[in-house]
Amino acid sequence: MQSRFSSAALAAGVTLILGFMVLGISFSVEGVVPTLEVSESHKIIGLLIGAGLVFLLQYFRAEVSKVTAKMKGDGQAHELPSFMRTEKQQRVLAFWAVGALLLFPFLSSRGAVDIATLTLIYVMLGLGLNVVVGLAGLLDLGYVGFYAVGAYSYALLNLYFDMSFWMALPIAGGLAALFGYLLGFPVLRLRGDYLAIVTLGFGEIIRILLNNWTELTGGPNGIARIPKPTLFGLEFNRRPSEEGATTFHDFFGISYSSEYKVIFLYLMALLLVLLTIYVIRRLVRMPIGRAWEALREDDIACRSLGLNPTNIKLGAFTIGASFAGFAGSFFAARQGFISPESFTFIESAIILAIVVLGGMGSQLGVVLAACAMTILPEMAREFDEYRMLLFGLMMVLMMIWRPQGLLPMKRPHLELKRD
Amino acid sequence: MTNLLTVKDLTMRFGGLLAVNGVNLEVGEKQIVSVIGPNGAGKTTVFNCVSGFYIPTAGSVMFQGKEMRGKPGFKIAQEGMVRTFQNVRLFKEMTVIENLLVAQHMHAEHNLLKGFFMTSDFKKKEQELMDRAAYWLEKVGLLDFANREAGNLAYGQQRRLEIARCMVTEPKLLMLDEPAAGLNPNETKDLDELIVHLKDEQGISILLIEHDMGLVMGISDQIYVVNQGEPLASGTPAEIQANPEVIKAYLGEE
Ligand SMILES: Nc1ncnc2c1ncn2[C@@H]1O[C@H](COP(=O)(O)OP(=O)(O)O)[C@@H](O)[C@H]1O
Ligand SMILES: [Mg+2]
Repeated sequence: MQSRFSSAALAAGVTLILGFMVLGISFSVEGVVPTLEVSESHKIIGLLIGAGLVFLLQYFRAEVSKVTAKMKGDGQAHELPSFMRTEKQQRVLAFWAVGALLLFPFLSSRGAVDIATLTLIYVMLGLGLNVVVGLAGLLDLGYVGFYAVGAYSYALLNLYFDMSFWMALPIAGGLAALFGYLLGFPVLRLRGDYLAIVTLGFGEIIRILLNNWTELTGGPNGIARIPKPTLFGLEFNRRPSEEGATTFHDFFGISYSSEYKVIFLYLMALLLVLLTIYVIRRLVRMPIGRAWEALREDDIACRSLGLNPTNIKLGAFTIGASFAGFAGSFFAARQGFISPESFTFIESAIILAIVVLGGMGSQLGVVLAACAMTILPEMAREFDEYRMLLFGLMMVLMMIWRPQGLLPMKRPHLELKRD
Repeated sequence: MTNLLTVKDLTMRFGGLLAVNGVNLEVGEKQIVSVIGPNGAGKTTVFNCVSGFYIPTAGSVMFQGKEMRGKPGFKIAQEGMVRTFQNVRLFKEMTVIENLLVAQHMHAEHNLLKGFFMTSDFKKKEQELMDRAAYWLEKVGLLDFANREAGNLAYGQQRRLEIARCMVTEPKLLMLDEPAAGLNPNETKDLDELIVHLKDEQGISILLIEHDMGLVMGISDQIYVVNQGEPLASGTPAEIQANPEVIKAYLGEE
């Protein structure tokens, strides 16, 4: 009893001390003199309530963990809910979902469509990283590097060679894949933790390179005025950008509205995401997808059967990178402006969080997690300064309650059919 | 006639421990060759050196006239020399049939585009893998378990699946590390028949590490005895059984 009380008190004390340093004191500059002062009273009260909560949670830990154990399940992959178990049900469901997503931009506000487009970019990034982390089991902390390669590929090709988005898109994907291949070639021989560190370094190197190679990339100022994609040559600007170009509204004889552009971008992102989902669905049913899983389970057995682990991992790395490249070039086109600041480590962390949160290897899980990770912060704008804190809290809670992720992968098994 | 496998003066040192010292092995076409010796004698280490999991300190490993020493394990497997493990190493969370599909990776269609668009080429290749897997499942009596998770099979079945998994790669030499360990007498009899079938009907050679003397003496063409890393004797089963040194060092203990 005694130790239970004292350990709970200790936990509450640590919370108070750490919390006070983060929230309890505020730093301000009066004239030239920096001063520290105690924050407003509501923050202090909040802190005390928080510490009280920690105390109670720790004190009744045994009781609490009984409840959480139930939510955790058996740690294994869970069955999908009953209405989406068979292939046919899934197909019907997917059909309706896609239909709803297609209708969505015509029924909602411009702002909502814009956020949805951003979400779709993260879905694509999450799906791509999922190939590397979830399917092949390689911890890649520098995924944002490939995203940057894709974005700058389009921006630079357009800037120097006047290349259109549609021409640049495959090149951007290809270049990102090439970077993935070149990085993976020496690095994939390393064991897990080393791989994580090298990829982390790679992401930073790319960003620093973009920042410092001012003549080529514009450095920290970035590249502006990147043109939006066109619909078979039709532009979404108010006026044609150059002699001889046609705009969308002129072509169809309707009046100009900036909403067309937003909706078009959304639909394009949706198309890219659907393509990504299809490609990955195929991949896991192909020899390379089987090899990824086998490699995750037992790489020694794989070697003994003539599978070359480095090549198979390299495949995952390259394919994953190419998705980041596609997403990157779309991102550049949508923003119209990119700078190295968009490609910091925190982006890699968010994408990785999407994969872990969704449930490694699970496509549906990643889609849901990407939505949660982009829409929730938008809805909770007033908590902006504590976003990272909430983010951390969410991860910790996930690790306690559902370490396997929201919707862990239930891999499709290939069946032997007998006549 | 050249041998399928010729191992000369194989030596493996782990720090101060000389686990294998000057071992020679010869395996001809369509032969069953056994390696016996007490626990810790270095038999598994010999397997690891031959199959490329360790790089031997010295010696040479010639397979079909080519030097294998220093090649990575997967290359050696691709050359047609595959092995099982003393502790079964299946892909436990994959189904039985999937274990056999993964094993055929080197025969599979690797063109990603063909896979994405599911061309008839791709489907035909996949069907071939399925058929070969089904063929071998039938041979080892696991056809009814094709869609079960490999980890849920009984121990004896797992051992047979591991052999089937090697066979779908279409090897020329199959190396089995104590395949009868943990099997009951009936299962051992089945294993005996399976190994003989592999030699007679499939025309491959088998290199066998085994403690079950009934099995070894019954099916081997040639037996090598190692003791504390050193080669002790070699010969036909009859010669080995009559060899006083072997009896003293190994058989005599039992
Ligand atoms: N990787 C290793 N590192 C150090 N010692 C090893 C290693 N592998 C095997 N050994 C040693 O080599 C000797 C032979 O082992 P092993 O080949 O497994 O014997 P066997 O298969 O005949 O029972 C043992 O003493 C073992 O401890
Ligand atoms: Mg052994």
